Amino acid sequence: MRGSVAWIRFAVVAGFVLGLEIACRAGWINARTMIAPSEMALSLAGIMADGEIYASLSMTVLTILGAYAISVTLGTVLGLLIHRYDVLRRATAPILAAWYAIPSFAFYPLFIVLLGFGRPALVALGVKLAIVSMIAATIDGLDKERRVFDKVARIAQLGALARIRLITLPAALPHLMTGLKLAFVYSFIGVVAGEFILSTAGLGYEIAYAYDNYDTTRMYGLILLTCVIAALINSCFRFYERRLPGGGVR
Amino acid sequence: MTSVAALRPKVVAASVHAELLGVSKTFPGSGGQGPVTALDGLDISLRKGEFFSVVGPSGCGKSTLLDLLAGLSAPSQGRARFEGQDISGTVPPGIGVVFQEDASFPWLTVSDNIAFTLRRTGTDPAEIQRRVDYAIGFMGLRGFEKAYPAQLSGGMRQRVCIGRTLVMQPRFILMDEPFGALDQQTRLLMGDELLRLWRETGATVFFITHALDEANLLSDRIGVMSARPGRIIDTIETGWPRERDSRLAERGEFGQLTARLWSLLREESRIALGMTK
Ligand SMILES: Nc1ncnc2c1ncn2[C@@H]1O[C@H](COP(=O)(O)OP(=O)(O)O)[C@@H](O)[C@H]1O
Ligand SMILES: [Mg+2]
Repeated sequence: MRGSVAWIRFAVVAGFVLGLEIACRAGWINARTMIAPSEMALSLAGIMADGEIYASLSMTVLTILGAYAISVTLGTVLGLLIHRYDVLRRATAPILAAWYAIPSFAFYPLFIVLLGFGRPALVALGVKLAIVSMIAATIDGLDKERRVFDKVARIAQLGALARIRLITLPAALPHLMTGLKLAFVYSFIGVVAGEFILSTAGLGYEIAYAYDNYDTTRMYGLILLTCVIAALINSCFRFYERRLPGGGVR
Repeated sequence: MTSVAALRPKVVAASVHAELLGVSKTFPGSGGQGPVTALDGLDISLRKGEFFSVVGPSGCGKSTLLDLLAGLSAPSQGRARFEGQDISGTVPPGIGVVFQEDASFPWLTVSDNIAFTLRRTGTDPAEIQRRVDYAIGFMGLRGFEKAYPAQLSGGMRQRVCIGRTLVMQPRFILMDEPFGALDQQTRLLMGDELLRLWRETGATVFFITHALDEANLLSDRIGVMSARPGRIIDTIETGWPRERDSRLAERGEFGQLTARLWSLLREESRIALGMTK
């Protein structure tokens, strides 16, 4: 079953890439609009071989990790508090529900004004996008701990810490995993898109720079690089998710 | 106290193991609902080593009664005692509970679920292994040691929870409709196993069921509860020998006793369902 799903997924992607390749080669798509996938790959290989990109790349990765770390820790703590205190839950529910309806990038100029023009503003943008998914996942995971588990813990004479370690955390883990994954995706989008819009360095900036200079080949090479990074990290998450005890099934 | 076999020699009054005295339990209202009085002025006294069942219409407060006896919740009025100590709202050691709902941990295998509580006691690992293995055989879970609850049927998950409780060898075992998810044959066989274990360990058993024949088969005494607010309206002494199993059902007295239970419960069940006379 899983095998056939993987095949279908592969076939969809391969078909799309092949179609694009043909469309570009045949000249149906203007070469200034989009280049063939094979040329993108070649361009990416050139960029990587050249090595000049690594400084931008590591800066972007560090910024993403910064935004991610803040989103995960702060998101977990806020999730715990909101779960614990009903007043907080009722106060924050409408804000959390409406959060993603607010265009996050509209906040970017504000972050620049507050934090200056540089990495901190990008981190803030990443956090703005990512933190709510972590908060929501934490609340969700804790809500899923069933009332009967509390009784089992008391019969087993578990102390507060043992209970958190042995019951609360494992019960919440699949939900926390979802939060960890989403928070990463959002941190990534926030930082790279922020760099694209306005910055002086980073992967997003490099893409914007190539774009502004009509260097379509380089731009698509960099976009492909972005996709590859995102896909790699996503498969890491999927790998660990599948290995959760109980098969991640709840 | 009434008994079908009134002429049999009376059991010597044994010492009291757990009891509720004049207990009421009212849950505060929430979400537009008024407060609910689940139990009102209830007395119950379990003798050490007896098998005591409770039957009653659904919603009459059986699970609430179990929580009070186990120290999982405190009575609104009255007292809960276990082994001579007041326990209102604190779970004393030596108690094992099988809950009505599935309480198996989805992230642990069958073996690890069964060993969960035992591992917290500092028991020697070899002894844990021995007891868990015994429980797996006993509960018919052989071959599923490494399976996760999501891969099991509801009845099997419930047996995992029973196993987790029994390996602790509690002095007082409370079970809330533990065989509810099992088919009739498995239910009877599990009952036999439970009786055997009860005899071997000398534990006191408090057993909630809605199946009258099951209560009849397993118990030394059966408490019959009224519709909510729950009280014990009668306690029936079955008079069965300690050495017994599901073949009891062949006896003539067995049918009479089940019929008697039903006559006591019929009116309460109609009230619980809101039927008029
Ligand atoms: N935690 C609770 N909060 C509010 N009401 C409760 C709670 N637990 C039980 N009740 C109410 O108390 C009554 C008895 O419940 P319960 O003891 O579960 O009955 P039974 O086990 O006999 O079916 C029911 O009306 C139920 O709705
Ligand atoms: Mg119940």
